[in-house]
Amino acid sequence: MTQGGMDNVHFPHRHLLGIEGLSPEEISILLDRSESYVEQNRRADKTTRILHGRTVINLFFEESTRTRTSFELAAKRLGGDLINMSVATSSIKKGETLIDTAMTLNAMHPDVLVVRHPDSGAVQLLSEKVNCAVINGGDGSHEHPTQALLDALTIRRRLGRLNGLLVAICGDILHSRVARSNIHLLNTMGARVRLIAPKTLLPFEIERMGVEVFHDMAAGIKDCDIVMMLRLQQERMAGNFLPTIREYFHFFGLDYAKLANAKPHALIMHPGPMNRGVEIDTEVADDVGRSVIREQVEMGVAVRMAVLELLTDNLDRGRAAAPRAAAAKIKRNKKKARR
Amino acid sequence: MSPRKQNSAGRTAYVNARLLDPASRLDAKGGLVTDGESIADFGPRLAAAKAAPKGAQVVDCRGKCLAPGLVDMRIEIGDLSAAVRAAVSGGVTSMVCLPNTQPVIDDMSVVEFVARRARKQGLAKVYPYGAVTKGLKGQELAELGMLAEAGAVAFTDGILAVADAQVMRRALSYASTFGLMIVQHPEEPSLAANGAMNAGETATRLGLVGIPTEAEAIMVERDLRLAALTGGRLHVAHLSTAAAIEAVRRAKARGLDVSCDTAPPYFALNENAVGDYRTFAKLSPPLRAEDDRKAVIEGLIDGTIDAIASDHTPRDEESKRLPFAQAAPGGIGLNTLLAVSLELYHNGHLGLLDVLRLVTSAPAGLLGLRAGRLEKGAPADLVLFDPEAAWKVDADKLIGKAKNSPFDGRPVQGRVLMTVVDGRPVYRPQA
Repeated sequence: MTQGGMDNVHFPHRHLLGIEGLSPEEISILLDRSESYVEQNRRADKTTRILHGRTVINLFFEESTRTRTSFELAAKRLGGDLINMSVATSSIKKGETLIDTAMTLNAMHPDVLVVRHPDSGAVQLLSEKVNCAVINGGDGSHEHPTQALLDALTIRRRLGRLNGLLVAICGDILHSRVARSNIHLLNTMGARVRLIAPKTLLPFEIERMGVEVFHDMAAGIKDCDIVMMLRLQQERMAGNFLPTIREYFHFFGLDYAKLANAKPHALIMHPGPMNRGVEIDTEVADDVGRSVIREQVEMGVAVRMAVLELLTDNLDRGRAAAPRAAAAKIKRNKKKARR
Repeated sequence: MSPRKQNSAGRTAYVNARLLDPASRLDAKGGLVTDGESIADFGPRLAAAKAAPKGAQVVDCRGKCLAPGLVDMRIEIGDLSAAVRAAVSGGVTSMVCLPNTQPVIDDMSVVEFVARRARKQGLAKVYPYGAVTKGLKGQELAELGMLAEAGAVAFTDGILAVADAQVMRRALSYASTFGLMIVQHPEEPSLAANGAMNAGETATRLGLVGIPTEAEAIMVERDLRLAALTGGRLHVAHLSTAAAIEAVRRAKARGLDVSCDTAPPYFALNENAVGDYRTFAKLSPPLRAEDDRKAVIEGLIDGTIDAIASDHTPRDEESKRLPFAQAAPGGIGLNTLLAVSLELYHNGHLGLLDVLRLVTSAPAGLLGLRAGRLEKGAPADLVLFDPEAAWKVDADKLIGKAKNSPFDGRPVQGRVLMTVVDGRPVYRPQA
């Protein structure tokens, strides 16, 4: 959380495709940088010129409001140009067309592509075909790195640390990229992760990702510092993963009775959008003392600003700019930011 | 005596009995005292009438066998009052009914309804299976967790197999979330379609469509793999073929947590019982070849088969008095469960305690029922029987409503002399 020495900070990756593989130091760099943007976003004048002249493209192959808007705000508050591209996946043949799209966009010289895609691995495939930086805005059931970062920032600001915390992630783990990114991040930062779900919603050999698995909410939540609920897609019922919403809520929905097993001041998180009465009871979701769900949204913008900044810095490094020059640029930008 | 007569107050001493408790391997001359609905005490020192507590009503067992009441883990309930009367006439004090009821047991209210109606009869206790899939359609999972909370002891689609492999996989996986067991009717429907009896020479001679043993073996092999994949708890019902039993035997040797049962027709009869289109011998699964029958006995002897269930399936005359191919499959079995199972003892295949274990503590253990063993404080559900007494099955005289016994006309040995439920004698033979 230190602010000092930021000018020498360098995030040593061209893209942000996932949390897996990042070191604790690299994650800390992203979180520390995000921290400074929280304050900026609370001011009346939220805009800087750090991304001045930069072009960011939101390339979304899947419906999204929150993540797309969050990236849009982040880019604009940094003074960048952003355009949204929504691509209906139903009409195109995947793979070939994805690469065609990438090549077309690449010819327009964007600086950053934020990509969401329903297929796991699609964002990485695309990143191999373009010259700009690529941020994974969520790919299939694989990763959603900015979500995990914003969750971590929320926790760190509330509890002061990640190391040593006990975090329960509950619900549809099987289909969740949020869960996977969070597992990687929390484990890397020294937190302990528990997963709570019916067996039909747990992927194969998930224990190998360094988590403890529970099928009983009360037992799994016991003594946890954080209870992170996941969204349950309604179509899971038809896929025979679950009998009914009624039964799911009865056994796996977060209500006060189940929450009573957690630590007294345990925080409740949800990546949104919530299904009230499905995975979370309305009263619990709206409990201002416990629920940090709205705070997560706020942190999302800060995290995405930090990621955009650090990745675009690297673009200059890539174009033969000496590290010193890049650092000087950061210093310049920071001065502007402080204005 | 009228089965509904209440006689629960006070103590009863059953003296001069041969006490049999398969769970503890007890086989000794002794006595047993009930107090109200529970077993107060039992053992060799209570054998003599003078050992009975003061004021207790004394029942002289005349050296006959006093054992825990039978636990029948697979019956179709049909007419409930007929079923519970048939049960106690066969020494059965607890039974588990399939969800193939009207309405289907796929909803909590039905679970509670069945249990409540059975309790009102005050005879054999009825525990319901819940449906695996809604409406037994084999497509969408029923609310297994909530059904279990309401009292369903395990889950099955009853006389139907969960045919879709993905649905079965999810069912096993989801059920294991709550530690629940899935009971499968092991028959691949596409191979059994239109089949009337076992595929083989007899079917060929009679011109009937055969159901190959592979229909059972394939489903069992598949489900064993799905159980291994999911870590789910699988129980395979009424095994009838050598191939399927061998598959379970190998799975158990590998350490898989799987269990299975068979029914008396599959170790006491073979496909020859179909004779000249005898529809009472049309069962599901069908009666198999003699080698399969022997394999069932072998499976019972070596412990591959964990339990014997009656597979009681009442069918009215209209559904049996039809051309063989059109007749409904199924036979009643509650009345004859003990007598036919005792053939395994009389023929020297199993000891008396071993046979009893297969119809008492073994099925109770599989389903987690507090039944099937002599235990102080446990419900006084008992059967007094003479293992040697010979009689001939006469379907028309069997207690109950349906008469479709595949054992009609069969001479058997082993007669129920008294059945006690919750300390009350609820059955004694007329003659």
